[in-house]
Amino acid sequence: MNALLVVCGLGFVSLVAEIANLKKRLHVAIIIGLIVAVGLVVADWNSEFSYYNNMLVFDQFSLTFTALIIAVAIFWFCISSPYFVGQPHQTDRSALVVFTMVGGIMMVSFHNMAMLFLGIEILSISLYVLAGSNKDSFISNEAAFKYFIMGSFATGFLLMGIALVYGATGSFDIGKITNHIAANASAMPDFFYVGLFLMLVGMTFKISAVPFHFWAPDVYSGSPTVITAFMSTVVKIAAVVAFYKIFAQCFEPVQTSIVNAVQVIVVLTVLVANITAVYQNNVKRMLAYSSIAHVGYILLAFVSNGDNSEGTLFYYLLSYSTASLAAFGILSVLEGSGGSTSLEVFHGLFHRNPVASICMAIALLSLAGIPPFAGFFAKYMILGMALDAGYLNLTILAIITSLIGVYYYFRPIVVMFIGNPTTDRAPLSMAQKFVVGFLALVTLVAGIFPDALINLLG
Amino acid sequence: MMTLFILFWPLVIALVIFILRPANAKKIAFVASVLEFLIALLIVVQFDKSGSNSLAFNIPWIPSLGISFSIAIDGISLLLVLLTTGLVPFIILSSFESPAPKPANYYALIMVMQMALVGVFTALDGFLFYIFWEMALIPIYFICLIWGGENRAFITLKFFIYTLAGSLFMLVALLYLYYQTPGSHSFQIDAIYAAGRGLSAAHQGILYWGLFLAFAIKMPVFPFHTWQPDTYTVAPVEGTMLLSGIMLKMGFYGVIRWLLPVVPVGASSWAMTAIILSVIGIIYASVIAINQKDFKRLIAYASIAHVGLISAGLLTMTRIGYQGALIQMISHGILAFALFYICEIIFQRTNSRTIASLGGLRNNAPILTTVFMIVILGTIALPFTSGFVGEFLLLNSLFSYNIFLGVAGGTTIIFGAVYMLYAFQYMMLGKSSPQSSTIADLTSHEKMVLYPIVILIFVIGIHPDPLLQISEAAVSDILKVFSTQSANLK
Repeated sequence: MNALLVVCGLGFVSLVAEIANLKKRLHVAIIIGLIVAVGLVVADWNSEFSYYNNMLVFDQFSLTFTALIIAVAIFWFCISSPYFVGQPHQTDRSALVVFTMVGGIMMVSFHNMAMLFLGIEILSISLYVLAGSNKDSFISNEAAFKYFIMGSFATGFLLMGIALVYGATGSFDIGKITNHIAANASAMPDFFYVGLFLMLVGMTFKISAVPFHFWAPDVYSGSPTVITAFMSTVVKIAAVVAFYKIFAQCFEPVQTSIVNAVQVIVVLTVLVANITAVYQNNVKRMLAYSSIAHVGYILLAFVSNGDNSEGTLFYYLLSYSTASLAAFGILSVLEGSGGSTSLEVFHGLFHRNPVASICMAIALLSLAGIPPFAGFFAKYMILGMALDAGYLNLTILAIITSLIGVYYYFRPIVVMFIGNPTTDRAPLSMAQKFVVGFLALVTLVAGIFPDALINLLG
Repeated sequence: MMTLFILFWPLVIALVIFILRPANAKKIAFVASVLEFLIALLIVVQFDKSGSNSLAFNIPWIPSLGISFSIAIDGISLLLVLLTTGLVPFIILSSFESPAPKPANYYALIMVMQMALVGVFTALDGFLFYIFWEMALIPIYFICLIWGGENRAFITLKFFIYTLAGSLFMLVALLYLYYQTPGSHSFQIDAIYAAGRGLSAAHQGILYWGLFLAFAIKMPVFPFHTWQPDTYTVAPVEGTMLLSGIMLKMGFYGVIRWLLPVVPVGASSWAMTAIILSVIGIIYASVIAINQKDFKRLIAYASIAHVGLISAGLLTMTRIGYQGALIQMISHGILAFALFYICEIIFQRTNSRTIASLGGLRNNAPILTTVFMIVILGTIALPFTSGFVGEFLLLNSLFSYNIFLGVAGGTTIIFGAVYMLYAFQYMMLGKSSPQSSTIADLTSHEKMVLYPIVILIFVIGIHPDPLLQISEAAVSDILKVFSTQSANLK
């Protein structure tokens, strides 16, 4: 909770900074503030707090994911300084990003459907604006508009679902809902299941799984690259965790009734996303589809729901977001002011900038699931859980789609090492080199010593 | 501790070379790999042939998932460690005169590769084995991608995805076995053995193919060989040496340690099918080799043929087959290295690998011709050369398994003589062609590499006993399992 207050406070500081003329120090101040917030989370470690009549509960689960969200955001801020420093609307942008995080933290710590809804809306409305924050660009405006229309539509589904569930159970509190369902498992009215299904549609949209993914590629490729990086890491963590909290924890007693639907979503997601990604020549779009595909693998863990699914979820999200952030970060630097994110910007990167190319290669290898990087171990745990739960067909499907994944993840790697440099682009600043290097190192170390991370949520 | 040193020393050197980027990276890599080889020889000297040894190292790695960092060297591992550590110095030495651009990266990758290979040959934990297995793929992929020849982007990616596909099926099979282990599950080799042997024959059969797929692609056995000729041709010569000399032995080692003892019943019921595939590979690859115009491609296909015989002998699950496979793996490693090196020497001087455009190389390069002849005689398994011991034992096991398969497999010697001597005759003998006029004889540096190889070919051929003794005890242990398992079945 203290961390949430600090992050909220940073949002207000950003807004005030415009008036108080503190813009120059603002970026550094936010990073320091977020580090303080992580410290506060760690100080609360292994304890449980509940606030406002159980509206928000910070238990070990919430605290771990809060820490992950803030930690990833810190690295994101370090990489994305060109998006803020010296730009018009710097304070507005900072404030919006910080408020997105507030929404994200609420989504991992809610204990009440109303809080879930508030969290999703705080997160989404800020994101709609951020997607269009490149005001002169036509596609950025399109992305924002598309995201707004589709997002509102999905929120409508979610709200309707929450209302129906409330009607059936008489509570917004997820603990009470679980108890009520467990007590009356056989006597739930039909409209409860309608509500459950509507919530599934709404949440599937938010985590951008097929068949409710159609907004994601356009929004991801239209938004400024750093915002895309933010969406596919910080926002994705929050959305996936919220999905998990609702369907694996709150609706655990009736999980069997949606598990078939989720299986269909898994199959569609890994197939459609991986196959479509093969045909992308724009690396940003390719990474957008890759992020959809990874949601498919995470949902596979949800379907199998083994003993250690929370630890697996945490480890997968951590490995995915570090690798993804490194890849997007390097892409945003290469994009520079030219605005091109096609495969050509990677040609011969190894000869121009070995550090960036090796970090990029590590990030892509990890996303592709090649040992010894963290992405492999994450995928390994998912496959293990699925196999243990008896889903041999889904496991083999996941393996085949991973192989398809290797093909498209390797395309940038190949051109980085053997292409000829086309133009000289802006090199990475020292800070950016340090951050992507650190993220690559985390990807390697987390892959070799995964035990401590998995057991955080043991 | 010696096992740990031999595993991590190459990694340390790789990091040193990569970070410090010394100007003479090749010399550092060479000295380091020679030191590694000396340690391996020390292990051989101290090795207790009766079976018990103190070369094991075991600590928990990911205890919550039953994964441990467990490595050890027994007789079988020792032979392959010896091959790996012995060949790498030669490979590095052979690259001295035509240094690759960006040598620091190049030698660092070779050292990482060596570490992964030693890891594969020593790991006694299923998960660890898989990690090293995949780790070996990354450096060789980059070696081929960055320093390879024409059309390398496509060919190396095909190679990567092909082999990765096989290994992923192996991973699923290992995971399945892991969940059959009792209690909180374990990847320890003994637990995996117990789990695999406890399964019904039908389940063992399915697992057999899951695991065999990975190993068959790596060797490669027909019909999983299609990545191999292109990759061998496009890779830089040191990459080809690593691939054919050492890396394909990973596949055999997998069969020896992680396939046959794990699912012995499944293996013996599917042995016929797998052996027939191997024998088809022998004949098929030999026929293609005869028609090759490019000498490097010819060696690549010849390699498929030889590999087919090793795999066929191994899959008979007999003592002779096992021992023959082990000795032949060593011999094949040495001979493949020598063949590719000679091919590269000729290519660098004449700028051609096309057999038809060369001719009469002997006129200006008599020493090269003699060395080449000895290597070829080893390859076609003439008595008193290293190739003979292995092929004799392997054919022996194949004949005792099935006489028709034995005859079909035996054609490898005839075919081998045909394509090898044919190529030799066209390239080395006769009148000099215009292309061949630029040839010069071996330099003293090249002699330094090739003479020890020639000596080894004869030494192993005349007195193979010390090598066979190293693996004796370990092979007996595995064979005991086969006999008890088949007894249980009856």
